[in-house]
Formats: sequence, structure tokens, C-alpha cells
Amino acid sequence: MTEKTKRGYYLLFLIPFIGTLIPPFYSKMNPQLFGLPYFYWYLILWILITGIIGGIVYFLSETKR
Amino acid sequence: MGVIQIKWQAFIIFLVLFIFVAGVGFWAARWRRGDLTLLDEWGLGGRRFGTWVTWFLLGGDLYTAYTFIAVPALVYGVGAFGFFAVPYTIVLYPIMYIVMPRLWRVCKANNFVTPSDFVKARFDSRSMSLAVAITGILATMPYIALQLVGIQAVLVAMGINSSGILKDLPLFVAFAVLAAYTYTSGLRAPALTAVIKDVLIYATVIVAVIAIPAKLGGFTHIFSVSQGALLAKKGNVILTPKLFGAFSSLALGSAFALLLYPHVITGTLSSKSGRTIERNAALLPLYSVALALLALLGFMALAAGIKTSVSSEVVPLLLLKTLPEWFVGIAFAAIAIGALVPAAIMSIAAANLFSRNIYKEFFNNGATTQQEAKVAKVTSLIVKLGALLFVVVIPLKYAIYLQTLGGIWILQTGPAIIGGLWTRWFHKKALLIGWLVGMAWGTYMAYTLKFASSTYNLRIFGKSELGYAAVYAVVANLVLVVILSAIFNGAKMSNGVDKTSAADYLPDSQIETAANVS
Repeated sequence: MTEKTKRGYYLLFLIPFIGTLIPPFYSKMNPQLFGLPYFYWYLILWILITGIIGGIVYFLSETKR
Repeated sequence: MGVIQIKWQAFIIFLVLFIFVAGVGFWAARWRRGDLTLLDEWGLGGRRFGTWVTWFLLGGDLYTAYTFIAVPALVYGVGAFGFFAVPYTIVLYPIMYIVMPRLWRVCKANNFVTPSDFVKARFDSRSMSLAVAITGILATMPYIALQLVGIQAVLVAMGINSSGILKDLPLFVAFAVLAAYTYTSGLRAPALTAVIKDVLIYATVIVAVIAIPAKLGGFTHIFSVSQGALLAKKGNVILTPKLFGAFSSLALGSAFALLLYPHVITGTLSSKSGRTIERNAALLPLYSVALALLALLGFMALAAGIKTSVSSEVVPLLLLKTLPEWFVGIAFAAIAIGALVPAAIMSIAAANLFSRNIYKEFFNNGATTQQEAKVAKVTSLIVKLGALLFVVVIPLKYAIYLQTLGGIWILQTGPAIIGGLWTRWFHKKALLIGWLVGMAWGTYMAYTLKFASSTYNLRIFGKSELGYAAVYAVVANLVLVVILSAIFNGAKMSNGVDKTSAADYLPDSQIETAANVS
């Protein structure tokens, strides 16, 4: 399985799991943004980060093939 | 209570949009014309949907009207915990990116229409295939019923269907229209109507999150009022530590479960290529933003002083109280059409399962592809009729209970479907026993919770941990599958013949590489 070693960028997909599935990291009121407690805007921000990571993996897999 | 006033302005706009969508649904049969007497065309749209159509179709498939009603309602009821829907629809996409293109490729290579087709061929097991089909149909039925609840909620809020023997007539009409165009157009109908639904949903979301907070005095005020209201009913604006495990396991378990639902697999298989699905896994999170913003409506409802014990009425009542009536008509149409899209896909998916994996497999082995499609079409009608009776005859709470159970059940097909994509080391009998135990224990946990919740307090190693029952059940399932597979394989028990080949799972570009390596 040599091609597996070339596809290490799939590990990027672990980042959203770490970012969103450990609530002690972010279950806080402050700092607030537009009146939203940290808990909420933090999670919304992660939606965007996950989309970007998906895009990065997509384009990296494009150049490899 | 007096006579409920019909909200004419909202209703007329709602009706116009609804009729337009119905027209599009019927016209869809002519769109990208294919032979609709074949199951591949009727039930999978000919597997030709490109990036945009797939985006709209999956958007309508994953984020249903029920989601848009239930998530804010949960936030309204308990606060931060309801926001689990956000991490859920975040981790969903990495999993989708890894799993679904692989499933698409093996299904395309072997002409599989359903996940049961795959399991049957991969593990050479009719019983495991039947288990997957039955689980899928059982989990889908209450899900369709809840889409109807979404339609009913907006009709009730507009003052329609309020009295006497004709009480449910509007719902019947809406569903008859849906059933008719699904029958004639198949998967093409939800694909096209999903586009209209999205335009309406995004318009609603943008207006709602700008106009409503402005009217209620800003988010700071909304959250401080909410905190007071929530503390009074044991909720909280911020997640309390004892709920951390439940929150995360619910998010992770729901993400895996969603990808195993027949309607999601059907939606995925209809796309043009594995690459289309990968592209969508990167683009679909945009819907999660809409969902997160809609979830905040729960707090807005608390701040606006909405008081109701019927959770499905929270969002409709809030919109009526805070937005101009004509715009509410648009928002309500968005919710109702948002119910029709997934309900169509769900009934098609359940029908595909029944036709291919129960009817053809066990009752008419020699069925032609035309007969297969015919049976699927008729089944899609029966499935919808069943869901309709469910909503009208049986109290709503049972549909919600069954939906909770459905999530627990469908996750139990994970070891066979997702596991099967990477390994055939799992023994088919081990998979069956694991599934059975997962189903039984999962159902038992839900039963002890009186089906009112899906987070179970598991006592393990002297500690008790609150977590999603589906996750506990699937861990038990998987552990059993691994242990029993080791035993059965060690004992050289027959494990049938794999009818798929290694190359079926890989993108075209990697097949050569793999051939050189092996």
C-alpha cells in the first residue's frame, strides 16, 4: 500500500473532530462576538474551517492524480 | 379557545409557492429524460447528477424540515445542548468524504442500488442483507412521518386544518400531490424541487437572523433573557460539564447514523462520480451555517416570550410574531417544501430496499428490471400512505419515539456497510449476531428512557457516563463482531464468496497503481 503514505493529508480530517467534540475547550460565555457567547460562535467558526479543510484535501488529491 | 383566524396573506403566498413546486415536481419527469421504467432511472436518477444538483439534493436530504423545526425547538427547551446539531453536521463531512465515494464506486461498478445489495454481494449473506433492508425501512418510516409533522405545524400556525372531520384534509392533499409526482418522476422530482426549497430557506434564514434580533434588542439581550428562562426549566445557555459526554457522543453517533440512512445513501448514489461526492463534502457545510443560525431561533423564541408546549410550534409561532405576514408565507412554504424533498427521497429509498432486497430476493427471484421499478413505485406510495396514517391516527409522540429508535437502529448497520467497505475480515455470522445484539440492547436502553431521550446513563467500571445510546450499542456490536470474527475465522467457518473485487473500491486513477503494487 505505497499510495497510502502519499495520502497523509487525509489526516487533516482529524482536526474538526478534535476542534468540536471536546466541549470543555469551548463551553464558555466569553469572549462574545456580536452578542453571541463563545460556545456558539466558536462552533459556527468550525463549520467554515471544516469546509476549508475539505477544500484543501480535495485540491491536494487533485494534484496527486 | 375561539375560532382560529386563518392567516390569509401568509396562506395565499404559501399556496402559490406550493402549487409552483408541485408543477416542477411533475415536470421533472421530462428533465434529463431517461427510461423511468428502470429502477436505476426512477430510483437513482440514472446516476448522472453533477456537483450542483447533488449539492441541492443532498442539502434537502440531510437538512430536512423536521431538522429546521426540531433543532430550534430543542434549543428552546434545553438551551446549549440542542446545539449538538452543529458539531454533528461538522464531523459529518470528513466522514462523508472518506466513506461515501468508496461506497459510490463499489455500487456503480456492480450496479448496486441499495446498501443491502452491497452487503449481500460483499459478505455473500442473504440474512445480513435482509437485516440491513429491514433496519433501513424501519428507521425511515418514522422519519417520513416527522416530515409530515413539519407540514402540519405550519398549516396549524396559519389557522388551516383546525376543525372537525376535514381536520387533516390539507395534509392529505399535500401528500397526495407529493405521492403523485414521486410516482411519475422518481428521484428527479426532489432534485429539482430542492433548488426552490433552498432559495426559500436561505432567504428565510438571512431575514430571520437579521430582522428578529434587531426587533428583540440584539443577541446580548436575547441570551440574557434566555438564560433566565432556561435556568427555570433546568436548561442552560452554556453546556454544563455533566452533559459533555452526551453532547459529543450524540454529535458523533448522529453523523455516522445519518450516512447510513437509506435516503442519504440513495441521494449519494445518484451522483455522477465519487469525485462529485468529495466536492460536495467540501461544499455542503454551507448548509450547516444555515442550520446553526436557525438553531439560534430557539433563543429568540425564548426572548420573544413564545409560550407553547407543542415543540413543533416554536418556530412557526416565533416567525408569525416577529415577521411581516407575507414573509411568513415564504418561510412556511420553505418549511413545507423542505419536508416534501426529503419525504420523496426517503420513500424512494425505502421502496428501492423493499423492491430489490425483499420482493425480488425472497418473493420473485426472476423479476425483470421493469417489474422491480414497478414494485418500487407502488411501494413508495404505500410507504407514504403508512407515514400519513401514522401522523393522523397515532399520537405524535410515538412518531418521535420511533424516530429516536430509528437513529439507534440504523447505526447498527454500520459495521457491515462502512466496515465492509474496507475489510472482509468480518465474518458474516459475526456481523449478524453483532447487529442483533446492538438492536436489542439499543432498544432496551431507549425503553428504559421511556423513549423520551436517547442519552443513556451507562454504569461502567464503577462510574456512570451519560452518552448516546446508539453509540453504546454500536460499540457493543463492533466488539462482538471483532471477537466472533476472530473465533469463526480461526475455526475456518465458511464465510462465502466476495462478489466484489478490490478494484471496484478505488478511483480509476488508483487502479493501475494498486495493480502494480499487488
